[in-house]
Amino acid sequence: MARIIAGVGSSHVPAIGAALDNGRTEEPYWKRVFSGFEKSQEWMRETKPDVAIIVYNDHASAFSVEMIPTFALGCAAEFPPADEGWGPRPVPVVQGHPALASHIAQSVILDEFDLTICNKMEVDHGMTVPMNLLFGKVDKSAHWPCPVIPLAVNVVMYPPPTGHRCYMLGRAIRKAVESYPDDLRVVIFGTGGLSHQISGPRAGLINSKWDKHFLDNLSKDPQKLAKIPHIDYMREAGAEGIEMVMWLIMRGALDDKVDEVYRFYTVPASNTAVGHIILENRAKVASKGAAKHKPAAAKHKRAAARAKVDRIHS
Amino acid sequence: MAREQHDYDDIPGTFVFDAERSREGFGINMFCMSLMKDENRKAFQANEAEYLKKFKLTPEQTEAVLKRDYNRMLELGGNIYFTAKLGATDGHSFQHLAAVMTGNSQDDYAKMMLGGGRNVEGNRSRSGKNAPSKFLSGAAPAKNRTAAKPKAKAKAKAKPKPKVKKSKPRAKSAKRK
Repeated sequence: MARIIAGVGSSHVPAIGAALDNGRTEEPYWKRVFSGFEKSQEWMRETKPDVAIIVYNDHASAFSVEMIPTFALGCAAEFPPADEGWGPRPVPVVQGHPALASHIAQSVILDEFDLTICNKMEVDHGMTVPMNLLFGKVDKSAHWPCPVIPLAVNVVMYPPPTGHRCYMLGRAIRKAVESYPDDLRVVIFGTGGLSHQISGPRAGLINSKWDKHFLDNLSKDPQKLAKIPHIDYMREAGAEGIEMVMWLIMRGALDDKVDEVYRFYTVPASNTAVGHIILENRAKVASKGAAKHKPAAAKHKRAAARAKVDRIHS
Repeated sequence: MAREQHDYDDIPGTFVFDAERSREGFGINMFCMSLMKDENRKAFQANEAEYLKKFKLTPEQTEAVLKRDYNRMLELGGNIYFTAKLGATDGHSFQHLAAVMTGNSQDDYAKMMLGGGRNVEGNRSRSGKNAPSKFLSGAAPAKNRTAAKPKAKAKAKAKPKPKVKKSKPRAKSAKRK
């Protein structure tokens, strides 16, 4: 059966993509951001997922204001990078996993999550920037290391889905993945945030205390995060910071108990607080068809995982 | 009809792009979306007022676009991800737009961001609801041994409860008026 083995939370600031595309990663400002993802890329190379599900939002690229789906699942075989006004980003076309994607659609819709299905869709920086941060720079003519299933969430028009709805959708996705017959190891990304406001006279708002609290509780008490009302996100984390609800889909798709194996936080990238976390399910299967872990070994592993946790940079 | 009142109207300096603004601002946002194409950018630059006629904006919206009054565009239903395309057409960086919206010079805005951004203290509410979210004050579970540093229980002058149980009845006070 397929299994979700880990979750990744990551900001998707467009300027990070621009810095990468324009060869500015060595500038001190950007080095501060990119260096926080070096260990994550190592982790990703070791983890080698068979598929990634990436929860993100479109920024007036694939969806204008003509149609605003709350949850849109990409079931296509491929997703070209969108032209966001400066030409498409120089990254490879994203290969999908139509079989698993349509299986997920069928499963979660019957679980009462009424997804929109996208059989043709372009993807913007909301998805490709976190891919670069975790997979590294990939030449346009090469391939991303694994197929990706995009899940676009409306967080542009208020109201986005509630945090609780997102969390429960994550759970439904977990159930869907686990009922897929092929032996696939899946990593799920929640992207966006952390605190930022880019619109209006209050633009520039950052709330590091809020962000740290959010990151802390992803492993400790995600149920508490799932109860945060929209007004609190907007007041505390900025009008656009509300996109943090997307991380709760990632979190809901993981087991109740997870190990935080890595964290990074820095302010700012452009107008945004950059947050990043890697959470592993404890019963992680090291390789395809591996035997169940022994409790003692798991305990040891958890201790090792905790030791690996990097302290917050701020 | 006057705009419906919402809890988020209390957030200062913020125009939440809600369903009502999305409806009202459809023309502004579709106009901005059209600027993704080079031929449209050229047509707009050749005669701005004429080009805008295609999008059936209200006179107020047209004026806001022509004057590049970004806050007014947001108020009248523009969304920042869309209006940013107008800024890009004018050759401005996003930080320039942010500076304009906040009434700062671009330098000062950039400095504020490098200094950690705009502080939330004093910026939560127009009506004095400046207490931090109750979700910030809940203590972490006591059994958590991973936290190396002692938690800064800044706001929570209340008793540091070991865990906020979801079943606990809480006064849903200040949340909705």
